[in-house]
Amino acid sequence: MSADTTADALPAPVSAGGATGDAILRVSGLTAGYGAAPVLQDIELTVRTGTIAAVLGANGAGKTTLLRTLSGLVRPSAGDIVFDGRPLRDVPVEQLVRRGMAHVPEGRGVVAELTVDENLRLGGLWRRDRADAARALAEVYELFEPLAQRRRHAGHQLSGGERQMLALGRALVARPKLLLLDEPSLGLAPRVIAQIMGLLRQLRDQTGLTVLLVEQNVRSALSVADEAVVMSLGRIVTATTAGRLRDDEQLRHAYLGF
Amino acid sequence: MDRFVFLTFDGLSKGAVLAAFALALVLIWRAARIVNFAQGAMAVAAAYAAYSVTSATGSYWLGFGAALAGGLLIGLVVERAVMRFVDHTSPLAEVIVALGLVLVFQALLGIFYGNEYLPTGTPFSRTALTAGGVPLLSRYDLFVFGAVLLVVVALALLFTRTPVGLRMRASAFAPEVSRLLGVNVGGMLTLGWALASAVGALAAMLVIPTELGLHPHAMDLVFVSAFTAAVVGGLDSPVGAVVGGLSVGLILSYVSGYLGSDVTPMAVLVLLLAVLLVRPGGLFSSTVARQV
Repeated sequence: MSADTTADALPAPVSAGGATGDAILRVSGLTAGYGAAPVLQDIELTVRTGTIAAVLGANGAGKTTLLRTLSGLVRPSAGDIVFDGRPLRDVPVEQLVRRGMAHVPEGRGVVAELTVDENLRLGGLWRRDRADAARALAEVYELFEPLAQRRRHAGHQLSGGERQMLALGRALVARPKLLLLDEPSLGLAPRVIAQIMGLLRQLRDQTGLTVLLVEQNVRSALSVADEAVVMSLGRIVTATTAGRLRDDEQLRHAYLGF
Repeated sequence: MDRFVFLTFDGLSKGAVLAAFALALVLIWRAARIVNFAQGAMAVAAAYAAYSVTSATGSYWLGFGAALAGGLLIGLVVERAVMRFVDHTSPLAEVIVALGLVLVFQALLGIFYGNEYLPTGTPFSRTALTAGGVPLLSRYDLFVFGAVLLVVVALALLFTRTPVGLRMRASAFAPEVSRLLGVNVGGMLTLGWALASAVGALAAMLVIPTELGLHPHAMDLVFVSAFTAAVVGGLDSPVGAVVGGLSVGLILSYVSGYLGSDVTPMAVLVLLLAVLLVRPGGLFSSTVARQV
């Protein structure tokens, strides 16, 4: 992997988040759930700066809950999250984007009633540096040509692929250090999925963006990921490099069933 | 014909106030998906604050300012201290709490101010100006139109042209996504309640001097008419609230002018029933289904 950080596009490496290889996210002993039964049990996970880490697993494995716990929507009952060198537990959800974490939820989270432009501006409203927020917005429009042509369209008028671009673009307006992406391939045509995965690769290589990618589409995820973890029934059952999971048929059979 | 013209202008003037009050209902509906049945009682409380200030200072305008400020404050307190803690899983819970608030407000106002009609003044003459012998509008009517127009335009600009307005709309449509994008959703909800309550207070200030006067129940009938107006407009649409308010004002004016004023309360209810039966979503409801 080449981690070329001569960034000319989003998201600029805004802080001293560290060189490639340092852990930007460390999760240890994380247990969480919605009721009495925990959905996540004793999760250990490290994501290095400037890499794409894929979280794979069947429906109900706890992948989405993992992301929701990281971004504070679900409160953990035990364990620690350290993001960018600082503990993350008990930080309000609203503050996470200010700390450099952007979460694109499952189903994309485009605000259907707002226009493309309003959705994107919403992503940068929290920023004090108005000039740079405007620059980030312009860069997103450059990155996603179809969005630039539909600025005044409402979110509900967009195609599935355009909505994914919008959700992704809106997250990038915040210039995050870590992007949490929940099932970006859901319901999209293979060609569009390939485009989105290609874009993630490009962002990682050109800007050093770190991505935690939750996917059921294993092939697509492994085509861009550096690291991969497989979850089953709320636990991480294996953590390895994406290359190994791609190439090692036995491992794939054992954990992913193909 | 003269009578018709007079009733039309009178209806539009009444309708403008209903439009403002319906707008207040729509603001809270959009922000919190609650029909605020306490809106009338809250607005009357703000009008009593104005009465106290005007009595103490002799200035209508200081009282007017006190009503708006009091409206903001009442909305803020009701949301922060009461509505925030209501279980949102059943809409009935919110309705019942709001109705409970009505009783509390009206009882407290009765205790402190008494249950008699108190006379309130207007800043401008209520004598109708005539055109060719036909009485049209009074200076006070013009003031009412101006004030309501100002509020409608200011709210439209706030929601469509400012970052705060964008935050408020996003919070209402998609609270969780908004939080992930750094929006203080709870704060936006409080702001929505405060704004709506201030608009309601304005409507009360405008309408109370034209009716029997200040009383803990002064806004009860106005609330029913404004609620009808909001439902006609689709509850979700600010434009619908304004058009609904003006329409209901006109209908009530014609009914009371041609059939007698004792029929008007029934006319409001018949209209409400008709709208709910024929087009429960309201005439201006957006046909956009929410997709995610």
